[in-house]
Amino acid sequence: MIYRENGQFKTSYRADQQIFPITQDRTAIAALLLFAVVGVPLLADEYLFRAILIPFLILALAALGLNILVGYCGQISLGTGAFMAVGAYAAYNFFVRIQGMPLIVALLLGGLCATVVGVLFGIPSLRIKGLYLAVATLAAQFFTDWAFLRISWFTNNSSSGSVSVSNLSFLGLPISSPLSKYLFCLAILVVFAWLAKNLVRGHIGREWMAIRDMDVAAAVIGIRPVYAKLTAFAVSSFIVGVAGGLWGFVHLGSWEPAAFSIDRSFQLLFMIIIGGLGSITGAFFGAAFIVILPIFLNRALPALGDLIGVEISTAAVAHSELMIFGALIVFFLIVEPHGLARLWSTAKEKMRLWPFPH
Amino acid sequence: MKLTTLALAATLAAGSLFTASAALAQAKVQFFPSLTGRTGPVAPNATPFANGYADYMKLVNARGGINGVQTLVEECETAYATDRGVECYERLKGKHGGATVFQPLSTGITFALTEKVPNDKIPMITSGYGRSDSQDGGVFKWNFPLIGHYWVAGDTVLQHIAKKEGGWEKLRGKKIAVVYHDSPFGKELLPIIQERQKMHGFEIQLLPVPAPGVEQKAIWLQVRQQRPDFVVMQTWGVMTATAIKEAVATGYPREKMFGTWWSGAEPDLKDIGAAAKGYSAVMMQHGAEPQSAVVKEILDKVHAKGQGTGPKEEVGDVLYMRGVVGAMLAVEGVRSAQERYGKGKHMTGEQARWGYENLDLTQAKLDALGFKGVMRPVSTSCFDHMGSAWARVHTWDGAKFTWASEWLQADEQIIKPMVRASAEKYGGEKKLQRRASADCQS
Amino acid sequence: MGFFLETVIGGLMSGMLYSLVALGFVLIFKASGVFNFAQGAMVLFAALAMARFSEWLPALLGIDNKVLGNLLAFAGAMVLMVVVAWLIERLVLSKLVNQEGITLLMATLGIAYFLDGFGQTLFGSAIYKIDVGLPKDPMFLLQNVFEGGVLVNKEDLYAAGIAATLVVVLSLFFQYTSTGRALRAVADDHQAAQSIGIPLNRIWVIVWSVAGFVALVAGIIWGSKLGVQFSLSLVALKALPVVILGGLTSVPGAIIGGLIIGVGEKVSEVYLGPTLGGGIEIWFGYVLVLFVLLVRPQGLFGEKIIDRV
Repeated sequence: MIYRENGQFKTSYRADQQIFPITQDRTAIAALLLFAVVGVPLLADEYLFRAILIPFLILALAALGLNILVGYCGQISLGTGAFMAVGAYAAYNFFVRIQGMPLIVALLLGGLCATVVGVLFGIPSLRIKGLYLAVATLAAQFFTDWAFLRISWFTNNSSSGSVSVSNLSFLGLPISSPLSKYLFCLAILVVFAWLAKNLVRGHIGREWMAIRDMDVAAAVIGIRPVYAKLTAFAVSSFIVGVAGGLWGFVHLGSWEPAAFSIDRSFQLLFMIIIGGLGSITGAFFGAAFIVILPIFLNRALPALGDLIGVEISTAAVAHSELMIFGALIVFFLIVEPHGLARLWSTAKEKMRLWPFPH
Repeated sequence: MKLTTLALAATLAAGSLFTASAALAQAKVQFFPSLTGRTGPVAPNATPFANGYADYMKLVNARGGINGVQTLVEECETAYATDRGVECYERLKGKHGGATVFQPLSTGITFALTEKVPNDKIPMITSGYGRSDSQDGGVFKWNFPLIGHYWVAGDTVLQHIAKKEGGWEKLRGKKIAVVYHDSPFGKELLPIIQERQKMHGFEIQLLPVPAPGVEQKAIWLQVRQQRPDFVVMQTWGVMTATAIKEAVATGYPREKMFGTWWSGAEPDLKDIGAAAKGYSAVMMQHGAEPQSAVVKEILDKVHAKGQGTGPKEEVGDVLYMRGVVGAMLAVEGVRSAQERYGKGKHMTGEQARWGYENLDLTQAKLDALGFKGVMRPVSTSCFDHMGSAWARVHTWDGAKFTWASEWLQADEQIIKPMVRASAEKYGGEKKLQRRASADCQS
Repeated sequence: MGFFLETVIGGLMSGMLYSLVALGFVLIFKASGVFNFAQGAMVLFAALAMARFSEWLPALLGIDNKVLGNLLAFAGAMVLMVVVAWLIERLVLSKLVNQEGITLLMATLGIAYFLDGFGQTLFGSAIYKIDVGLPKDPMFLLQNVFEGGVLVNKEDLYAAGIAATLVVVLSLFFQYTSTGRALRAVADDHQAAQSIGIPLNRIWVIVWSVAGFVALVAGIIWGSKLGVQFSLSLVALKALPVVILGGLTSVPGAIIGGLIIGVGEKVSEVYLGPTLGGGIEIWFGYVLVLFVLLVRPQGLFGEKIIDRV
């Protein structure tokens, strides 16, 4: 009853083609953005910003990029950590070697370098499919792990191989407080999400989805697989590269290649599977789930133990975290294989009728 | 039904995050957070450290606290991962009246926290790891690599090798292979080895081992083929044991292998037993000290009362002692700060930092604390955050460690300029001003 | 020349060890179409069970004989792996019957995390020892021909022998027993197999148990080499290129792939490594596989991928 689109008539093509054609959707998104920009800074403390919100925003951006490749174009990639690393190190080199380079330009250039590397490692996708492609992309992962440790030019010849950045600023405003970092990441995420949504609604998005569904048939009707697959890799790597730059610059401040290891790739893949393949909102849900769950478990388990009077050691908490995490992943996959985004859209469907039964 | 339960669970989870933790009654406690590695790839080595740390803090309470102020330890598991370490830091830094000092036990986490501690004004002790250039207190105000860092390790182990050969000149033309963990932790050893190479003319063969180092056959085949005269190891966790096992399997004499202080402890060698006999490692002052007074006191006042952390059998082991020494340095810094800011009062992070910068542990004080024969005097200053550069080498005899060398002192004439140059480079990149002498009094 | 021979032999041995782990992947994929990312966790779990049972059971039953103790521990660990296989089939596989490959992959990753945590909770997270009497000292052959002899690792030789026997036994099992035939039928077409009366659930339990057995053997050998601790599960990452190179559905492919990857890794690390600064074996296997896949997208011995349009 609340969510009816009855009475909402569109009088122009432009209105018809909006991302959120239903007024309730528009108000909800506006309210959410308002809360994110105004409400959260008022309510959240420093810990929430640094440990939960900023990682959530950056990983949601990376998950968005990966979802374009895996969810919309159907090419399984396990090398996302590598592209994040390329984005981060390339942005670092641009930032440190060129005096006066603005932060945002460095991040975008880092993303472009990640695009080049992504297209390079995407070329095998023209020949290899499915699980074989997944393992082939691991070659990217391990190769970049090695390259950033061995080739000291990438790390500005630092003796330890670890790099660090500071004095970040955007249009003259310093980005050092948790609030400014949060708003910076939020702005970038909103812009990229909007761009991604429009891409996947458009011609190229349809090409990607055709390739995903049945690539031979797509080729038969005239969609060039080379173009579609490589653009998917390119766009995905760009977004993932910018996310990698943000992760290194804004969240960690100082990083080594292990920050972008294969665990990161698996984590991002989890996010889009749990969140929902082939859905922009899925990236957000999945990132929220994967970022918040371990921390929630880490804090809830000792509290639970206190409640029932049992002292749980830190090692036992860590092990239980792993077990509950694994069990929850399996549980969600069984309950809703299409991810949390599908649950959300089912809920919205029910909202259209509520409180009426039909 | 399913949807509603899921929705309920989601709101519960979201709600629990926003609830502030209940503020405890503000008793006088000095909070020492402990970042542990009790799970994950380095669990067997990091667990004794965390146990020793917790036990010594309990001992301090049993002795009456720091002039009456009780210590409180809260652990947070990092599994040796940098982003979890950062999350633990953010979670613990404001609790229980504010964290006094952090000891990350991971070079990766150290690098990340080096950026954050100056803003949060919490000192960081990195005894025997982390950035070697953080010895320069003029640039690194909040980092304290107390009693040693990797350049001390590298220098003293080379000194020991040179002494065995009969002098530095005898090393000319010899080949030394360096097997190291392929990460900032491993690479941190290389500058001092390369510096000594320039001075004395021996050859170096660099053999990086990608983490976690479970498969080292190719490395040791190369060692067998190149036949270096000595192998120096900067490894941690399962990599050490695998390296020694591969050395056994390729027939490289263990007497020619020398590890640094994270590569020579019981978990690494216990399972290999007699086959590893002759393997040596340089130790940062202490080794396995089961006969020391402090160990006897811990067994007596903590374990006998059933409050011990971890098994009684490992009290006195190498890594356990490292935790004990780390805790002792943390506490003594606070005690030193109390001399200035008020005995028996709670010390903030800034005040504790002054304490760590003005640490003066004489042999008499150390003996009174129970560290007779275990440690040498430590004396830090504004521009020297290390305080001591002593080390000694122990050797595995098949079942336990025995001392194989006298006290060695790293050559500060070589190390200090290296530290200064590296710190200046860091300061230049970050646009930091060198601290003025006036700042030293704060 | 002697050193080259040594490197090649070392590579062949390493390759056999990787194949041991790769066999588990291939078995499960062949029979249930699931790429089991939990194989590494299963190896760790099985090794932990073996190590701890060999400590606990002799103490519990008062047995001094080492061989008997090890056999009991082996039996105990095998029973545990069958239970794990049954639980996985019951709780996970049967509920995800018709899902896409990537969903099943993620489910096995979830199982991997669960087994990691569960194994360490049950058995502890320190380093444990497995001692099944494998020799540790080196063997030097042909000392009169080459200076210093050619080094052969006795332990690896035994392991290679065990792996080869296992492959032969498994191949015979698949070809000549009725259960093996049923497994192959299920691998070809689940629905057709079900329609002629093959009990799918039971077959899956059998397959996962056999994979568990392979994981146990792999765990014992790797655990005897490295000591049983957390990093053992990371051995699976070294075995992945082997699986892909050999083809996901071929048991002999796992062996041959293993040999190729093993030799390739070691030879490249020893001869190419120093020029590139060392440490290249971590990616060499994967890059090698990448290039082979460009030529043969289904791996060396895998089934040709046929798309229905």
